[in-house]
Amino acid sequence: MQTDGPLHHDADLARVLDGWPPPVLDPAGPYSEPITVLAWALLIGGTLVLALVLVALGVALFGSGRTKARLGGEKAIWIFGVACPVVVLTGLLVWGLTLTSHLSAGLPTGKEMRVRVIGEMWWWRVHYLDAVGRETVRDANELHIPTGIPVLLELQSADVIHSFWVPRLGGKMDMVPGRTNRLLIQADRPGIYKGQCAEYCGGPHALMGFIVIAHDPADFARWRASRRPAPIAGDLVARGARLFDTVGCAACHTVRGTPADGMAGPDLTHVGSRGTIGAGILPNNAGTLAGWIADSQAIKPGNRMPPYRQLSADDLRALTAYMASRR
Amino acid sequence: MRFTGGMIGSMAVLLTGCDAAALRPAAADGAAIARGREAAVRLGCGACHVLPGVDWPRGRVGPALSEMGDRALIAGRLPNRPDILAHFVRDAPALLPGSAMPALPMRDRDATDIAAWLGSLHAD
Ligand code: HEC
Ligand code: HEC
Ligand SMILES: [Cu+2]
Repeated sequence: MQTDGPLHHDADLARVLDGWPPPVLDPAGPYSEPITVLAWALLIGGTLVLALVLVALGVALFGSGRTKARLGGEKAIWIFGVACPVVVLTGLLVWGLTLTSHLSAGLPTGKEMRVRVIGEMWWWRVHYLDAVGRETVRDANELHIPTGIPVLLELQSADVIHSFWVPRLGGKMDMVPGRTNRLLIQADRPGIYKGQCAEYCGGPHALMGFIVIAHDPADFARWRASRRPAPIAGDLVARGARLFDTVGCAACHTVRGTPADGMAGPDLTHVGSRGTIGAGILPNNAGTLAGWIADSQAIKPGNRMPPYRQLSADDLRALTAYMASRR
Repeated sequence: MRFTGGMIGSMAVLLTGCDAAALRPAAADGAAIARGREAAVRLGCGACHVLPGVDWPRGRVGPALSEMGDRALIAGRLPNRPDILAHFVRDAPALLPGSAMPALPMRDRDATDIAAWLGSLHAD
């Protein structure tokens, strides 16, 4: 799988729930599977109950006097009004809880890969952790995982309540300021899985997307080894790097290996290799990158990066080349 | 209108170069127009342009592309012909050096489809 190029096949990144089969009914790992099973069971069970009620209604309206009397009799009420719901609902409760009990995670056991994801208005910080919880690499808006092993996410928020949700890989979990909530996800097949903030967090909440890129283990090891700041090569890129400091980008963004160490916006050390731009909402290419830098407010109204309408076309090209070269 | 040297040069490339042959536009049938719209959305042209009939994103870095089929000139500088338009959407800086519209790598078919779509956009 090619994971470092633009996502040419995927236009509507902002529409996480679109597609066929619908992502919520198309689980790709053991932490989303039980949710889909439960959803089908509830849907089918609910339909059966509805059918039963409609039959009873039909009998009550059009049945003969005797059947009507039976339907309204004390025995029928005890059976269908009390016994059935108690048995069915209790069974469902026990089964549902057992089925989903392993979805929310406790403390790390050492077998999982660990990542801290911090919700921001309206994007995500991604901190890869080692086995004892120390930070290794920082990134944003994109999570790379190996297939076949559980990934323990430590979910936090820097401002308001957000909710982390990648429908095909796991459940939905709130990110609450001042707390760490833990969620397990796993992908059994390589691929790109879309996610979305699932708790209204103001302004461009609907444009707060996310992608998870699952690699097979060998590919993942290669990806991890490639996480070193790229050198600044070529005149245009060098000019872009200087502009990055002089026009103020560096005040908000970090690019490791350079003086830029701002913290208000996403880490851009590897922005050129990201599949998307604007927190999972547009494919990342020379055009969308330049469009974002020149006027991100037209793309994601209300986001916290100012528009840069004062840049000349040359400056915009240099900044874009610099960003694209941060791989 | 006055032709600049650069422009005549680039048009010469257009009219004689092998690139131009690759971008000979197909008949602008409904299918090409539909594919062109889809390609423009997929490539993210909306990051800089308002694309007619597309509600998001509505970029404002470049001009809105509605009525592109009625325009006499592309970006006020190049004749609005399907082959030139196809070339322009893929590599604007090659035709208009210094333009803020970046070169956008895409397949030949995407370029000609997008040109077909743009040519079909008229004032209503
Ligand atoms: C006031 C702080 C601020 C300044 C100054 C700023 N940015 Fe940003 N930038 C942000 C924030 C916040 C985001 C995330 C927006 C969102 O997705 O909601 C962002 C996002 C981005 C992204 C997209 C990253 C991604 O993964 O989606 C790029 C690229 C970027 N900025 C480049 C720049 C460049 C280049 C400059 C200078 C011309 C700049 N920024 C100046 C705050 C800033
Ligand atoms: C980084 C921003 C940006 C992106 C992305 C972008 N454009 Fe442009 N586009 C511009 C600018 C700026 C102009 C004006 C160019 C000039 O006058 O030199 C322009 C001009 C145009 C024109 C001529 C408009 C007119 O009124 O004559 C067309 C057609 C066009 N673009 C199509 C596209 C298509 C199709 C795409 C996607 C494949 C695209 N653009 C992507 C910035 C962009
Ligand atoms: Cu939100």
